[in-house]
Amino acid sequence: MVDAVSPDRPLAVELRGVCKWYDEFQALKDIDLQVRQGERTVVCGPSGSGKSTMIRCINRLEEHHGGEIRINGESVELYEARPHLIRQRVGMVFQQFNLFSHMTVVENCCLGPIKALKLGRAEARERAMHYLEKVRIPEQADKYPSQLSGGQQQRVAIARALCMSPQIMLFDEPTSALDPEMIQEVLEAMIALAEDGMTMICVTHEMGFARTVADSVVFMDRGEIVEQAPPSEFFTAPRSERTRAFLDKIL
Amino acid sequence: MRQKNRSRYLGDLLIYLAIIGAALWGLRIATTAQAYNWQWYNVPQYLYKIHEGVVYPGPLLRGLITTMQISAGAMVIAAVLGLLVAVLGMSGSRVGRILARGYIEVVRNIPILVLLFLFYFVVAPIFGLGRFASGMLTLALYEAAFAAEIYRAGIEGVPRGQREAAAAVGLTRAQQMRYVVLPQSIPLILPPMTNLAINLIKHSAIVSVIAIFDLANEGRNVISETFMVFEVWFTVALVYLVITTALSFLATGLERRFARSRASARAR
Repeated sequence: MVDAVSPDRPLAVELRGVCKWYDEFQALKDIDLQVRQGERTVVCGPSGSGKSTMIRCINRLEEHHGGEIRINGESVELYEARPHLIRQRVGMVFQQFNLFSHMTVVENCCLGPIKALKLGRAEARERAMHYLEKVRIPEQADKYPSQLSGGQQQRVAIARALCMSPQIMLFDEPTSALDPEMIQEVLEAMIALAEDGMTMICVTHEMGFARTVADSVVFMDRGEIVEQAPPSEFFTAPRSERTRAFLDKIL
Repeated sequence: MRQKNRSRYLGDLLIYLAIIGAALWGLRIATTAQAYNWQWYNVPQYLYKIHEGVVYPGPLLRGLITTMQISAGAMVIAAVLGLLVAVLGMSGSRVGRILARGYIEVVRNIPILVLLFLFYFVVAPIFGLGRFASGMLTLALYEAAFAAEIYRAGIEGVPRGQREAAAAVGLTRAQQMRYVVLPQSIPLILPPMTNLAINLIKHSAIVSVIAIFDLANEGRNVISETFMVFEVWFTVALVYLVITTALSFLATGLERRFARSRASARAR
């Protein structure tokens, strides 16, 4: 079990009235979200509800068209021409792992630290091995991604993101592309990270994970945040009809 | 199974023999009609000469050297320019994209002969360029348009997630390209690029028209002196064939190597 976060911690991520359109289609409608430092937020909702789009706006893989996004109090607009500076502080784990297929596991982990943070090779490697041990996969360090199982690849992807020493971690459906028997090993790595006090925003349908780890659960539908509540309330007494319908389907 | 294979080989062999036979028969008709006087024994001296134990290249080999110099120079320029055009064409800048697209469309839709004359008579005098430079640059400009398309296809062939992951670990756009996208696109780019090099060598014969003494032009000269039309054109064709076939083999070898290293990476 993970300790709750006190409400006087500073905000790590803040979205205010964020909107986004794909041509005529409005993908995000007036999104308000606050995540405090050390807080774990789980985002769920039907596919196409804008969950991924929302977290991809936070690390600037997508641009938003209205409203404001602040990271550690700073507006992302300040970094419009240099989004890589935001991404050096906000790590991301993808649904499809996206490991660099031409590099070994340890090279995957070292690329960002060496090229973006300008660490020395030895130091980067040491850091990579530290995080590979953390996700319990150090023995695979010199293999190529294609030689690993899906669960192993996703744990490497988590280690790769952690090697940048991010202040915030985004997870975009990290277990959705995995075979059922591999989901647990990835969730364990994420729980360990939560126990270390990492600020996390996880798009996931793993409601067990939400129950044990999350401080706050957000339900999105059709580009809107319909409901946000602590897991104890969210699962037992959802306020919205749409939330209830969704929970009935997936639980 | 083996029986069936053998009978198929036999059938193939018969077809080959029939084709070669037909070609020889046609050649015989052509030569007897002109009362052609074959002089193969006269050809070697136009390839090379031996003087006091030292081998000197004859006009045809000197032409080949010129062809190779022009082709190699043009290929290097085309490879670099093509990459620039490709990157420009995929950049965030609208002006850049229009420039790149315009360049590719203009070059692709004008015959290379016309391009060469345009360059030699209009552009070259402005910059004081000679024939050799004009020929090389025209070929380079022409092939760069095709090289750009090859790069684009190679870069777009790398899954989008790779680039996003590179962005997500804090790399700049240029670093994403250099360390993640380009290395993975090389196996997709190299085989068509070798094809482009082969085409470039063949297209280089066109510089004959601005009086550059390349292999094709030297061949014409030798013929005008000796009237060995058949022998010399056969020889010239054979020399081109040897060079381009060697390149083809190289390309197949490279393709196999990449295919193997990928497969072994998967299997390990």
